[in-house]
Amino acid sequence: MKEIYKKSNILTDAITHYCPGCGHGIIHNLVCEVVEELGIMEKTIAIAPVGCAVLAYDYWKFDTTEAAHGRPLAVATGIKRARPELIVFTYQGDGDLAAIGTAETVHAANRGENVTVIFVNNGVYGMTGGQMAPTTLLSQKTATCINGRNAKRDGYPLKVSEMLAVLDGVCYIERTSVHNPGAVIKTKKAIKKAFQNQIEKKGFSMVEVISQCPTYWGLSPVEAVEKIEKDIIKKVPLGVIKDV
Amino acid sequence: MSDKDKKVLITGNEVIAEAAIRAGCRFYAGYPITPQNELTAYMSRHMPEAGGVFIQAESELAAISMVFGAACVGERALTSSSSPGISLKQEGISYLAGCRLPAVIVNMSRGGPGLGNIAPGQADYFQSTRGGGHGDYRTIVLAPNCGQEFFDLTRLAFDLADEYRMPVLILGDGVLGQMAEPVKLKPGIKYEPAHQKKEWALTGNKTGKPKIIRSLYLGQGVLEKHNLELKKLYDKIEQEDVRSESFYVDDSEVVLVAFGISSRICKKVMQEARKEGVKVGMIRPITLWPYPYEIISRAAAKKVKFLVVEMNMGQMIEDVKLAVGGKAEVHFYGRTGGEMPQEKDIMEKIKQVIK
Repeated sequence: MKEIYKKSNILTDAITHYCPGCGHGIIHNLVCEVVEELGIMEKTIAIAPVGCAVLAYDYWKFDTTEAAHGRPLAVATGIKRARPELIVFTYQGDGDLAAIGTAETVHAANRGENVTVIFVNNGVYGMTGGQMAPTTLLSQKTATCINGRNAKRDGYPLKVSEMLAVLDGVCYIERTSVHNPGAVIKTKKAIKKAFQNQIEKKGFSMVEVISQCPTYWGLSPVEAVEKIEKDIIKKVPLGVIKDV
Repeated sequence: MSDKDKKVLITGNEVIAEAAIRAGCRFYAGYPITPQNELTAYMSRHMPEAGGVFIQAESELAAISMVFGAACVGERALTSSSSPGISLKQEGISYLAGCRLPAVIVNMSRGGPGLGNIAPGQADYFQSTRGGGHGDYRTIVLAPNCGQEFFDLTRLAFDLADEYRMPVLILGDGVLGQMAEPVKLKPGIKYEPAHQKKEWALTGNKTGKPKIIRSLYLGQGVLEKHNLELKKLYDKIEQEDVRSESFYVDDSEVVLVAFGISSRICKKVMQEARKEGVKVGMIRPITLWPYPYEIISRAAAKKVKFLVVEMNMGQMIEDVKLAVGGKAEVHFYGRTGGEMPQEKDIMEKIKQVIK
């Protein structure tokens, strides 16, 4: 039988700790496939976040460093400036990139650091028990807003991709999702472009991937992807936000 | 005078920057704060000339994390700040220690707590010598007391950081940082990209076996094992890398113990006192961690009295008491809030101690 689909060679055989229906596994695989296809594995450095993907280095074979919570883009800046010939990417969640690391994110983007950012947005702090994140939608229930996010008390969902897009240092931002096969293909295309931009020294490129978190959305895996289709992407539209 | 012996007049802040470049440091990230701004400004001009990287970061958190990144790929990297900024850098220093990454951090300390003031202080002794951030770790702490020593110990700081794969702190203060002194600038090392000699540095996975830099160890007993490896390293440093300077310890009634700028003042007091026939000696720790417990302990056995002089409310005195172990009197004279001890006041205190 002809093998028509397999996981990337860059992924390890480790069994992941991700919950059933989580989007991280798909996104890890897409990043690995893209790096493999571009032939840049031998010069790629990954920066693993604090959050659900904290153990990403167990699941992929990139040379990888951890970073303190919120600091991946400062660490990426250090690596890329010291060794511009390397391909550097950060893999970050919404709490990491858009709350505790807001300053690092904004300033790396504004400096136009020539790095690639994979921003996985599931609207909650998954690792710590599903607390409200900067990107939690209004009325969405979490462990720290059990009656739903209330704008008066909690403020509004942070439109971080739109915020970054206005900065002159940013070259490319696209929002995608991985809730169905078509969306996965589009996400892979976006990730590839974000790496290609770095190879071509175009500057700061980020893909925001809306990802499902069945566990802390209180839904089954199927219900979680349906929620993305019927609800989330109506409020947080997918597509290219900036491409120069 | 031959060219070889020529000295230049240069501030402590600037001489550290120059020494770092000559020691092969090719990465600096910093954030403005008084009284260390001359170091950042010097780097902004001279690091690019040396082909290195200068970044003015958006915060101290970012600056130390940028240094962390450069260290990951094997670069000799430096950041500098002053007390409130060093508090912010503690996050990154703890990560550097946990991840076994070399880097050099300069603290030109000022008066605290809080925003304090911009006058010289030694109130960061506890923070510097007890790890400083969260977790079970140490940093080597070098405490120069003049421009020449800033130059020499900066080079040493990078060598020790690389040798032990750990962060090394240089602790100065506002006076030492901003005072210009004559310094002999020794030639630099031939710059070779440091990562080529560091087999652990990230290069991209070329062998199939990925290199991972981490401080996270979740399994039962795994972190303890990692921490005990660090302990072994720290034990070795305590055996091999203690540095101090002593004067007249074998012929003294009172031994002053002081570091950094306080030791400059104490040395003058000691010389004046001896002219008057008062037998005063001095021990000056050059490494604040590892601390020169043994030399103090040996002096204590000779029944001298100790007078610890610091620019704080009494921090290093705890280490002196540990070394003395109740075998001798330990007295204290200190000024706090960015004030300097005066020679006459130290002399007065010596006379009280002798009585």
